[in-house]
Amino acid sequence: MTVRDVMELIEAADITPETDKSREVSCGYTCDLLSWVMAHGAEGMAWVTVQTHMNVIAVASLMEMSAVIIPEGIEMEEPSVEKAKEEGITVLQSPLTAYEICARLAAKGLKGK
Amino acid sequence: MAVILERSFPVEAGAFTTAGEASTTIKRTLKQLGVDAEVLRHVSVACYEVELNLVIHSLGGTLTLLVDPEKVTLISKDVGPGIPDIAKAMTEGFSTASDEARTLGFGAGMGLPNMKRNATEFDIQSTVGVGTTITMTFALGK
Repeated sequence: MTVRDVMELIEAADITPETDKSREVSCGYTCDLLSWVMAHGAEGMAWVTVQTHMNVIAVASLMEMSAVIIPEGIEMEEPSVEKAKEEGITVLQSPLTAYEICARLAAKGLKGK
Repeated sequence: MAVILERSFPVEAGAFTTAGEASTTIKRTLKQLGVDAEVLRHVSVACYEVELNLVIHSLGGTLTLLVDPEKVTLISKDVGPGIPDIAKAMTEGFSTASDEARTLGFGAGMGLPNMKRNATEFDIQSTVGVGTTITMTFALGK
């Protein structure tokens, strides 16, 4: 499953159009505690979080994730979006809840970590 | 062992918006040196945690990166306030993070345990009123 497939599946808006959407997604995850994500994150992961500050991008970049997914139409702060573009991290904004996003990804065969 | 590279990064207390910048630079530097992906991952996690600890808990400090042919060394040295009970601080789930830090998703009480888990060697020395020094090494051997 690519980032583009994920984007379509969860009806997401692409708020970082500059990043590579053909990248493969290795697994899915959801959590809002950054240290927890640092301990359990993985390369190529698509990570669902309601956190929208700059440190989300730092964590995603350090873990070499494929995408950050913001649920329920939450807006990400502009400096975070700029940072994401700089680091080449895709940020997707979905109108769905974190629960529904994970359910759709899992139904299409995307594994948890 | 001869040091190949040495760099220091000042880390400001409470600077949440720039937190992670030193770690990102360190990761990029090590990647350019050709450090193995698995080692890079361990260094990145531990480095980010220790940088965030400086931002969240310290009164300011310095993060130093040393590379020699056998290992990567990270040294975090702050100017206080010091940790009264290190054993307690090392316990997973224990945190003294502020409400501000918790709102941002920090304070899970995973920082120090994450560092210890990722480093080949981990050492923490702390004196209340003086400061804390954390030294971590990561073996480069194949």
